[in-house]
Amino acid sequence: MVNVTIDGKKIQVEEGTTILKAAAKLDIKIPTLCYHPLIEPYAACRVCLVEVSLRGRKDLITSCNNKVQEGMEIQTASPRVLQSRRLNVEMLLARAPAAEPVQRLARELGIDKPRFPVKDPQEKCILCGLCVRACEQVVGASAISFIDRGTERKVMPPFGEPSAACIGCTACAHFCPTGAITYEDKYGRKVIHSELYLGPATAIRVPIRQAVPMVPFIDEKACIHFKTGQCQLCAKVCERQAINHEMQDETVEVEVGSIILASGFKPFDARRIPAYGYGRLPNVITALEFEHLVNASGPTGGKILLTNGEEPKAVGLVHCVGSRDENYNEYCSRVCCMYSLKFAHLIKEKTEADIYDFYIDMRCFGKGYEEFYHRLLEEGTKFIRGRVSEITDLALTKEEEGKLIIRVEDTLLGVVRRIPVDMVVLATGLEPSIDHNQLAKTFNISCSQDTFFLERHPKLAPVSTFSDGIFLAGCCQAPRDIPDTVAQAGGAAAEALSLADKGSFALEPVTAEIKEDLCAGCKICIGLCPFNAITFDNEKEISVVNDALCKGCGTCVAACPSGAAQQKHFRDQQIMAEIEGLLLI
Amino acid sequence: MSNGTFEPRLVGFLCNWCSYTGADLAGTARMTYAPNIRIIRVMCSGRVDPQFVLKAFREGADGVLISGCHPGDCHYQEGNYKALRRYKLLQRMLEQLGIEKERFRLEWVSASEGARFQHVVNEFTEQIRRLGPLNFKFDGGSHEQA
Repeated sequence: MVNVTIDGKKIQVEEGTTILKAAAKLDIKIPTLCYHPLIEPYAACRVCLVEVSLRGRKDLITSCNNKVQEGMEIQTASPRVLQSRRLNVEMLLARAPAAEPVQRLARELGIDKPRFPVKDPQEKCILCGLCVRACEQVVGASAISFIDRGTERKVMPPFGEPSAACIGCTACAHFCPTGAITYEDKYGRKVIHSELYLGPATAIRVPIRQAVPMVPFIDEKACIHFKTGQCQLCAKVCERQAINHEMQDETVEVEVGSIILASGFKPFDARRIPAYGYGRLPNVITALEFEHLVNASGPTGGKILLTNGEEPKAVGLVHCVGSRDENYNEYCSRVCCMYSLKFAHLIKEKTEADIYDFYIDMRCFGKGYEEFYHRLLEEGTKFIRGRVSEITDLALTKEEEGKLIIRVEDTLLGVVRRIPVDMVVLATGLEPSIDHNQLAKTFNISCSQDTFFLERHPKLAPVSTFSDGIFLAGCCQAPRDIPDTVAQAGGAAAEALSLADKGSFALEPVTAEIKEDLCAGCKICIGLCPFNAITFDNEKEISVVNDALCKGCGTCVAACPSGAAQQKHFRDQQIMAEIEGLLLI
Repeated sequence: MSNGTFEPRLVGFLCNWCSYTGADLAGTARMTYAPNIRIIRVMCSGRVDPQFVLKAFREGADGVLISGCHPGDCHYQEGNYKALRRYKLLQRMLEQLGIEKERFRLEWVSASEGARFQHVVNEFTEQIRRLGPLNFKFDGGSHEQA
C-alpha cells in the first residue's frame, strides 16, 4: 500500500494505482479528454495535469498514466496546474473549436476565445488518438492510425483510402471523446424500423426487449472477439464476471417421461405480398416492428416516428396480412384484429394522427374484446371495411405527394378509395415456427391442413397428440392469443403431470402375441417389427413378443405364415367376421 | 341393386391413426361421401393380411380399399411400406385370377385430409360402378373349407 496526499486529503491506495484513479477514490475530479478506463492511458491531451511534490521536488505530470509513489503530495488545482491546463485547453480549442468537450473545459477555465489562429472552425478532432488505440488494442484491427506530421497530422486509414482491415465495428466512433468520428445511415434515415425488432447490430444483446429470461447473448457473427480474437470489453466491464467467450454450444440429453411441445409461431413474412411494398417502401412496417417502436423502454422511448424522425399525421392499419387469403394462408390468425385495435388505441394516445383501420371482419371473440372495439369506435378511429389491394407511393394528386397511398375497396360504401397516410402497419398473421416440420418428424406427430400440429381429438383430447406422452401448448397447435395459450398450457402441464404422477403406465391392450404351439420359428416376424419387440427363444425355437415394447401395429401378424402371431382385439377371425358381417347387406 | 342401378359394395381397411381419423374428420365436418364403402378399422395398414382382401372379394365385395398414412408419417414408422409391398404383389395375383386390378386400391390419407378421403371414396365408387359387379365364379365351398 502507498500513502499519498491529494489536495490535502490523505489516502492509502494500492501500489500501481494511477494518480487519476487515486483522486477518483477521494471524489476529486480531474478533467480528462483522451482517457478511457478500458484503454491504456496515453497522455495525449495533457488536460489531466497535476502538480506533484516528492522529496522536495515539484513537478507537473499527467495523472492518467503516472502512478502514485509513497509520500507523494498531489495538487489537482493549484495555480500552476490551472495555468498550464488553461494553456493546453486554449491550444486544443484553437485546433478543434467545434469539439463540445473542449468548449466546455474552456468555459470552465475562463477562456472565451483562443489567442492562437483557428485553422478550421468546424474541426472536432483533438488528435488524442483514442480511436487509434481502440482500433488497435480493443478491436485488434489496426485499421486507422495517424498520418502525416506537424500541422498536417490527422487520423486516417493508411494512405487516406478505405481500409480492408476495417471490420466496420464503429468502435472508433464510440470511443471518440469529441464526436469527431460519426457514422450515419447512408439513406439518411433517423429511425430504421426493421432494426427495431432485433435492435441495431450490437453484438451482445437481449433477443427482444420483452425476453424472458432477460439475459443477453453474444451474436458470434457480429462480435469483434470472434473476428479478431480481441476486445472482450463486455467481459471486462461485467462486475459479475458472467461473460465467457470460450463457452460452446452443447447438446444435453435429458431423460423425461413426457414432453410438451410449445414451439410457437413465426410471423408471416410480409415481403411475400409485393403489392404491400414491405421492405421496399419506407414507413410500411410490420406489427412486430410497431410493437418495438411503441415500447416505452424501446429505442425511441415509445415515440411513434417515421424514418425521417417525424411523427406521422395519418396511420393506416391493415388487417389479415397473410391470413384469410387463399394465396397465402386460409385460416384466421385470431390475434391480429385485437392487436391492431390496441395499436389504434396507442396511436391515438401518443399522437395527433388520423387512424384508418382496414378490416375484412372485426373478430373480437374474447372476454372484453367487443367492448374494447366499441371504445375505439367512440375514440374516432376510422374503420374501413375492405381488403387493401395495394400500398403505393405513386401520387396521382398533389395531396398524395410524399405519402403512402392505400388503395382499398370500401365494401360498405361500394367504392374504391385511395387514402394517403404516412405510416402503414401490417397486421401480419401467424405461421408455424421455422423448424415445425422437423419437429413433427422427430416426435412422429401429424399436422393438420393448416400445417399446425394436429391434436389427438379436437374436443376429447385437445392437448394430446397421436404419440403417447407428447402434448401440445400454444401456437404450435393453432394461432391463439395469450389467455388461450396460458389456459391450454395449463391443461398440457396437468396431462403431463398426471402421466408422471401415477408412477405406472397403462399399456394399450392391442399388442401382438405368438401362439407357442403354432409358431414354426421361421423368424419372418422378427425382421418386420419396427420396435424390436420380437425376440427368438433359442431353446423353444419360437418367436416371443415383449409386451412392453410392442405398440400393436400388427405388421407381424399379417405376415405370419402359420397364423401363430395374433393381435389382441384384431385377431384374424375377428376381422374375417367383420368382413362377413359388413357384406351381409 | 335398388331401382335398377348398380350400387357397388366396397370394403375399406383404414389405419387407426391417419385414414380412420381422416374419415372421422370427414364425418365431423359433415362431408358427404358415397355410402357404398364399409369401413374396417385396423391399427396400421401393415396389419392388412392379403387374406382379408381375398375374403372380402369372396364375400361379395366389388372393390377393396386399403388406406394408410402418407409415406414417412406412419405411426409405427414403416407399416405403410409393408402394406405397399403386399399391395403390389396382391394386385398382380388378383389379375392372374381374373379380378380387375382397378378393384383393389391403396391410398394415402392423413388425419387432416377429410376432404381427400371424401374424394377418394367417391372416385373409387364411381370407378367400380363403371366396372360393374365383380363377376367371379367361386368354386368349392366356403372359406373355412378351402
